[in-house]
Order: sequence, then structure tokens, then C-alpha cells
Amino acid sequence: MSLPAEILESYHQRSATLAEDNPAWLAGLRHRAMARFTERGFPSPRAEEWKYTNVAAIERKRFPLAAAPGTVDPAWVKDYLLPDCWHLVLIDGHFHSDLSHPALAGDVVFCDMGAALRRHADLLTQGFGQAVDEEHGFIDFNTALFHGGALICLKAGTHLAQPIQILHIQTQEAIAPTRHLIVLEAGSEATVIESFTGRAGGLTAHVTEAVLGRDARLRHFKIQEEHDHAFHFGGLYVRQADGAHCRQVHFALGALLARSEIHHRLARGGEAVLEGIHWADGRRHLDSHTRLVHAEPEGVSRETYKAIAEGRGRSVFQGRIVVEAGAQKTDAVMNNRNLLLSDDAEIDSKPQLEIYADDVKCAHGVTVGQLDENALFYLETRGIDPEAARQLLLYGFVNECIEAVDVEPLRAYLHRRLDSRFNAIELENLP
Amino acid sequence: MTQPLLKIENLHARVEDKEILKGIDLTLDHGQVHAIMGPNGSGKSTLANVLAGRPGYQVTEGKIWYRGRDLLAMAPEERAREGLFLAFQYPVEVPGVSNIYFLKAALNAIRKHRGEAEVDAMDFIAVVKDKMKLMEMDEQFLYRAINEGFSGGEKKRNEILQMLVLEPALCILDEIDSGLDIDALKVVARGIEALRSPERGFLMVTHYQRLLDYVRPDVVHVFAAGRIVKSGGPELAKELEAKGYGWIESYREAQVS
Repeated sequence: MSLPAEILESYHQRSATLAEDNPAWLAGLRHRAMARFTERGFPSPRAEEWKYTNVAAIERKRFPLAAAPGTVDPAWVKDYLLPDCWHLVLIDGHFHSDLSHPALAGDVVFCDMGAALRRHADLLTQGFGQAVDEEHGFIDFNTALFHGGALICLKAGTHLAQPIQILHIQTQEAIAPTRHLIVLEAGSEATVIESFTGRAGGLTAHVTEAVLGRDARLRHFKIQEEHDHAFHFGGLYVRQADGAHCRQVHFALGALLARSEIHHRLARGGEAVLEGIHWADGRRHLDSHTRLVHAEPEGVSRETYKAIAEGRGRSVFQGRIVVEAGAQKTDAVMNNRNLLLSDDAEIDSKPQLEIYADDVKCAHGVTVGQLDENALFYLETRGIDPEAARQLLLYGFVNECIEAVDVEPLRAYLHRRLDSRFNAIELENLP
Repeated sequence: MTQPLLKIENLHARVEDKEILKGIDLTLDHGQVHAIMGPNGSGKSTLANVLAGRPGYQVTEGKIWYRGRDLLAMAPEERAREGLFLAFQYPVEVPGVSNIYFLKAALNAIRKHRGEAEVDAMDFIAVVKDKMKLMEMDEQFLYRAINEGFSGGEKKRNEILQMLVLEPALCILDEIDSGLDIDALKVVARGIEALRSPERGFLMVTHYQRLLDYVRPDVVHVFAAGRIVKSGGPELAKELEAKGYGWIESYREAQVS
């Protein structure tokens, strides 16, 4: 344990305070999680699953917990809020009601974690802790200390009328531990967008759990574009019942060091489609750790992760597919395509297949390469200068992922963000 | 005296370690259409790529003058901005970049080079749509990624569309007719004919005489083993079609001995 005693003590105090306000089931979870965290701390690179991502820099920062939300200019926040969505805004991990949509109740429950603890304990206990399939310091830290968050719960057969966007904003060099729970009962459908942004280099320590009932469908988007000095841990753990479908799309564009865990457990006939892109420029370190567990027969998974590493950036992709004994007729494909664009950049890609059934189709492929010389030449023969041609190919590489986003306001938002990053070439939105 | 549009003098070029062009001399004047024919491996496409400046194509001897300037001293993008255009034999797919954006970026790069203002977005769309009609292309192509998922014929039409929009001074067409059915060939030929003018020059590399029925050349050159073995009028293409490339091989052998 390398955290200094006084910092650890402050975490303990906060954990105890939170536990006092909580129902007994949660208080117990918090105590146990804090005890484990005290013993083990954040994960060390000695652990196999963390060998490419060293979080010692986070410990050295000795971040306090964000005791209160920082002030933000609502006009600034509006740039990040997508139209035609229901919003929930968390500033430094604290719920901001003025910028959020009023809570929904009835067949659709959508509210902040505080309200959920007060009014929807039954729904919380239905899913809390059920989807997390991992045990390490960040998750324990989150369980012990989360404060803000969201509860989304759809009754059987309900279709959410518009997407939900949860916007996380960092304004302080402090820790924002947030926790969401998504419970989709049988046959219900929802789209959830989690956006992470900020103007300060703090630590996001986030966990989302999603529990999908039979034939439920979740579209989930994660947009991580935090401050260049920020640290990010974000775990998404999805547990799917028979026939449930989840599409998860992950844009890792920001922070100094970010680790995402995206884990799905599929049941009979379930489907998971994972897409992601890392853009590791500057000194950015972006790590995605995905795990797809096919626990029962006839599941389908499709995973496509892409990465750009340039400057002194580093992209880490660890993708694991587990086919458990009895998960016959599993059909799983995983691809990882990387562009390595400078001598100082680094790509680590580690696809892993663990197959315990004998009648399955599993495939994976990894490529690491440079920009296509033919394409560069093609663009140059049309008068485009070599640097602009290079930028245009990079733009295309990222834009392919954006074009696949089937939520119009989010796609438009991502296009704007992408365009603003390519100021080297003239770009404007064409009709 | 005005400079010829293109003057190639004793051009030798190699790709990797293989010498492909072994002394090409060719002068193309403003307003002319030259066709280059010849068997596979005779160096036709190599010449087209050398003119466009493709990396890896190394000129070992000779000169190329483009409007009186040393073409070989110019980078590929500079050649393009000065009005040289290569329609690719195998147009390249560029995922994630829309045709419309690409066309606009290319046109603006050329306009900027000429000291002209950027094209107005609405005017641009109108002009492009007009030219797409000529090429019988659906407007949806504008918003699709460059050449991605296009059929062979669609890719070739897209090359001509770019040429129509960029209005180059020297159009080099590398086997624009390969893989086209007769209807697509007519559309492509129509696009080329639409650009013919007393100022503009065309160098058309083709394996077959068929294209020349629709775009009548002023001069036909026959390549064999890296050299021009015969030049003549459009009738030469017909003769070649009738007698086959074997005739040229024997012709060349006779020349050598």
C-alpha cells in the first residue's frame, strides 16, 4: 500500500460517513470494500491484467475526494449536452439538479443515486453488485466511496422514448467516484450515453453496472474526452439474460491516463457488439480491457477496436473472449486495428481466447501498421499536401467509427469534436 | 514560340531494381489526345505513374518538361496544382472520408495555389451535381467514403468526375477503360470528350482499341519493352487491333536486327 496514511484516513472517514447514511445492505458492502482497498490499494502492474498500465502516478497525486462540486458556467456545460436526450449531470461526482432532467418514475425510473437510495432501494438491490465480475482496487474504491450516480430502470417491455445522457464533468484536481446502475427488465430497450469531460486533471473512478433481462436491448455509448492531465478509471459491467442484446461503443479521446473495463456476460442466444477507438496522441495512455464471457450456448459477439498512437501516446488493448464449457454454438469475432504513427508511440495489443467448449466459431485478428501509402499518394495527386493528406486519412480512420453511431445528436456532436481537432485542414460541415 | 504541354526526352525509369522505361521520347501539344497502347509489361502504366510522381518510381535518365517546367523537380501535389491529373488504373479506397469533402479539399488546394478564393459551398455542390449527371452517378455517392464499396465501373466514373471538377490542363488516364462494360465505357468517354478543348491535353494509356472508338486520338504510340516502337494516327490503333500485339513484337525484332 503506497497511499499515504493521511489520505487513506480521509477516505476511511468519508466511507464511514457515507455508510451511516446508507441502508444496511449498502453500508455493509462499503465497509467490506474499504477494508479490501486498505489492504490492497490500487492494482499494481504485477497483476497480469494491469501489466501495461501503471497507476502509480495516481497514488503519487494524493488526490483528495471532491467534497463539493466546483462551479461551472451553464453555457459551457450546454456544449456537451446533446439535444433530444434526457440528461443527468454530475460535477466532480456530485449530482447537479439544475442541469439535469427531472427524475422520471413509473415504467421508467431515471434519477440520481441520492434519490434512488431514498426512494428506490428495491430497484437498487435488484441489480447492485450483480454485474461486476472483477475485484480490484478501483472497484472497491468506487463501492466504498461512490456518492453521485444514476439509476435507470425500465419495466418489462418498456422502450425508452429518447436516449439518456449522463454527463460527468471534472473541475477539480480531486476524485469523483460515481456509480450507475442500469436495470432493463425483459424485452425493454434503452440507449444510454455516458460522457466524461472536464477542465481539470482529477481522477474519475467510475463504475456502471447493467443488468439486462430476457430479450432486453441496451445501446451504450461511452465518450471519454477528459482534460489532458486527468486520470480515468471507468468500468462497465453488463450481465445479460437469455436473448439480451447489447451494443457498446467507446470513444477514448481524452485524459492523460485512462483505463476502461468493458465486460459482458452473455446468456443463451445473447448478443454483444463492441466497438471502440483510442486516439492516443500527445502523452496520452489509453487502455481498454474488454471481456466477453459466453456462459451459455448460441451467443454471438462482435468486437472491433481501433487505435491511433502518435507523439508519445500509448494504446493498450486487452481483449479476452471466454467460452465456458457448455456454451456451444458460440460465434465470436474480435478485431483490433492499430495505427502506429511515431517512433515514440507504443501499441500493446493482447487478444486472448479461452475456449472450454468444442463446437464454437471464434476468430480474432490484430494489425499494427502505418497510414496507407497508396491512399496518401492518391490524395496528393489531387493537390492535397502530404501533411493534410495524412490528417485526412487519420480523420477517416476516426470518422468511420463516428459514422457507425446510430444516435443522430451524438453523431453530430462527435463530428463537431472531430472537426475541431483537425484544424490543420479546412473542414466544415457540408449539407 | 509556345512551349508544348508535355515533352518527354529520353526517359529511363526503374521500379525497384527493374528498368522498365528505356528511353521514351514524346511531345504532346495543347489540345491533343495521345493514346499509348502496348502489351502488358511494356511500360505504359509506369510512364503514367512517373508523370504523377509515384514514390518508388525512379527516373534514372532523361527529362520531362511540363509547360516548359522541369516536372521531375515537382512534388506530386505540386504537379496536381499545376494542372496535371492522373486517373488511376486502380482508384484507392479511403474509408471514413466522404467524396464530397475530398473533392472540395482538392479543388480548394488547387484554387489556393492559383491565388483564387475558396469555392462557395453551395456553388460547389451545384457544379458537382451537374457533373455527376453527366457521369450518370447517383448523388448518394457524394456522401459515401471515397471509392469504398464502389464497383469497378463506379470507381472509374468517380475518377472522371474528379477530373471534371478539377479541370486539369493535362489529363493522364491509366487504363480508364479496363473492367468497363460498353455502357460504362460510353459514359466515361462522354466525360472525357466534355473536357476536350484547344488548351487541354490527354494522354490515354489503354490496352484495347475500344476506347478510341469513342475518344478519337490525334496520335497513337505503341509501347514495347519500355520503348515507343511505332507512332502514328488513329489508324495505327485499328491496325494493332487487327494484327494483335504479336505484330508489334515482330516489328520490334525487325527494327533491332
